[in-house]
Amino acid sequence: MTSSTSSTSSTSKTSTKRLTTSAMIASFADPGQRTASAPFGHALAALAESDERVVGLTADLGKYTDMHVFAQAHPERFFQLGMAEQLLFGAAAGMAEVGLVPFASTYSVFAARRAYDFLCLDIAEPNLNVNIVGGLPGLTTGYGPSHQATEDVAIFRGMPKLTIVDPCDSVDIEQAVPQLAAAEGPTYLRLLRGKVPTVLDEYDYTFRLGKASVLRGGNDVVFVSSGLMTMRALQAADELAQHNVDVSVVHTPTIKPFDAETVLAEVDSDRLVVTLENHTVVGGLFETLASAVVSRGLGTRVVPIALPDEFLDAGALPTLHERYGLATSTIVDKVLGELG
Amino acid sequence: MTTTRADRVHAAAYRMRHHILDMGEVQGQGYVGQALGVADLLAVTHTDQLRHRAEDPEWAGRDRFLLSTGHYAIALYAALAEAGTLPVSELETYGSDGSRLPMSGMASYTPGMEISGGSLGHGLTVAVGMALGLRFQGTRQRIFNFLSDGELDEGSTWEAAMGAAHHQLGLLTALVDMNALQADGPTAGVLGIEPAEQKWEAAGWFTQRVDGNDVDSLLAAFDAAAERAQPVGQPSVILCDTRIGRGVPLLETREKAHFMRIDEHEWQLCRDQLTHGHEGARAQ
Repeated sequence: MTSSTSSTSSTSKTSTKRLTTSAMIASFADPGQRTASAPFGHALAALAESDERVVGLTADLGKYTDMHVFAQAHPERFFQLGMAEQLLFGAAAGMAEVGLVPFASTYSVFAARRAYDFLCLDIAEPNLNVNIVGGLPGLTTGYGPSHQATEDVAIFRGMPKLTIVDPCDSVDIEQAVPQLAAAEGPTYLRLLRGKVPTVLDEYDYTFRLGKASVLRGGNDVVFVSSGLMTMRALQAADELAQHNVDVSVVHTPTIKPFDAETVLAEVDSDRLVVTLENHTVVGGLFETLASAVVSRGLGTRVVPIALPDEFLDAGALPTLHERYGLATSTIVDKVLGELG
Repeated sequence: MTTTRADRVHAAAYRMRHHILDMGEVQGQGYVGQALGVADLLAVTHTDQLRHRAEDPEWAGRDRFLLSTGHYAIALYAALAEAGTLPVSELETYGSDGSRLPMSGMASYTPGMEISGGSLGHGLTVAVGMALGLRFQGTRQRIFNFLSDGELDEGSTWEAAMGAAHHQLGLLTALVDMNALQADGPTAGVLGIEPAEQKWEAAGWFTQRVDGNDVDSLLAAFDAAAERAQPVGQPSVILCDTRIGRGVPLLETREKAHFMRIDEHEWQLCRDQLTHGHEGARAQ
């Protein structure tokens, strides 16, 4: 009896302890999920072995964008520009002007909000092969609006010539890096770093720049997703199957240029269409698809699952993902609600 | 009588000033005042300093000249004509529809235009990357970035200044047109930038300040910078005090304006004053 009381008391204490924000970059991997460590840094280091044009730059965020892996492997090809994002991207442009292929990393907020003019005029306008690597895309940190790049895609979509890639997992990142380098013009990668989930190797899938892929078919619902939300879409599809809801998942890791052909072929049906994105509902995947649907003259209704048009709270990532509708459980609830 | 370097630069600057007036007349207005002010400086870079191939402006071994101050394109076009990169006959298309010579310099339009400047405070950041990249590739090419004193307002200029010193980009030279004027008026009243030399020195640069309309002083400063130019070393800056409208008394004495309007009948007067001044100087 005493033991039981003590146990209850202990459990009670644990259950009332609030989750904490923890580190700047909390992993969004589920407990027990397979992960790969620093897939971007390793992929870039490997690429550099075969492509002598590749160099890496950062603005005092090498450790936090996995660029440190590249720096350790190729110290002579790594350039620390200091906490100076305008210099970072101006210098990346200068290096590309002389024939190198720079990958330049910082947080997405600083690339998109702080250095836009340099990306636009020094890199995109001359169509230079500079690869912008942005950490903490969307809601992947609990640090609040200073670090949450909830509108980076909205900012970047208007920039001519820029290719925008929103990878789902370590598979996407490993396969994307050489393709980003091979692409002629500038690219923006929404980086996932640290212990990154490995998901897509369970599907018949390879990353192809500019292409969407149907990961699974389904008769009732079509999910169109990018980034880490594809992982959630797949999890939600599994759970919905238990409710006898059959879900198709279309992963579109390249947001721009948008593979309208592949996506609209799935969307053009009488199934419920849902977009899922780790980004504000303004100017991201939802609006990209919506404009493609309207341009094609389709009357399809599209339901967005996205972050609200707000500055978001600070807190623990699981709490925030649930609060703002990115958690698997909230996706399932939303879809069941839509289906009535 | 032997022709000296200074004589050649003087002659080039004189021809460039005529080109500038001719181009200005096409538009009826423009950045003629600033361009006349930097004609001596660009005559030095484009006829005395830069390694280039007039017939092959993309030659990989060339020194780089970056025009951060895009609206000074009119001056650079004159210099590129003098360097043989642009035909003189093309200058009359300046700012016209379909021309390779737009009002604000853009790399995709014009041979010899390395970057698209104009959004001020960009050039030096790109120059830092070029210097890092060329050094990484093992070349000894020099990189010159032209900027204006107004661009010292931009934080990015100082990000780049610190970065260049940190990375010891000894083949990088910044050329600053200190004409003391920016869009809203005298630089001193818009955002004070003095003491400019101390700021560059504190940022780690080998700093010289010269009369930017004195060819002998300019050549001496460029020579001093060249002597120190090493792949790993101190970057170099030459602050050039210039006079807007230099060479044309009518414009030198006119109320200073960022975007100078010149009446139709005044263009010939400007050319005449320029010619007379040049001939007077030669007679001395």
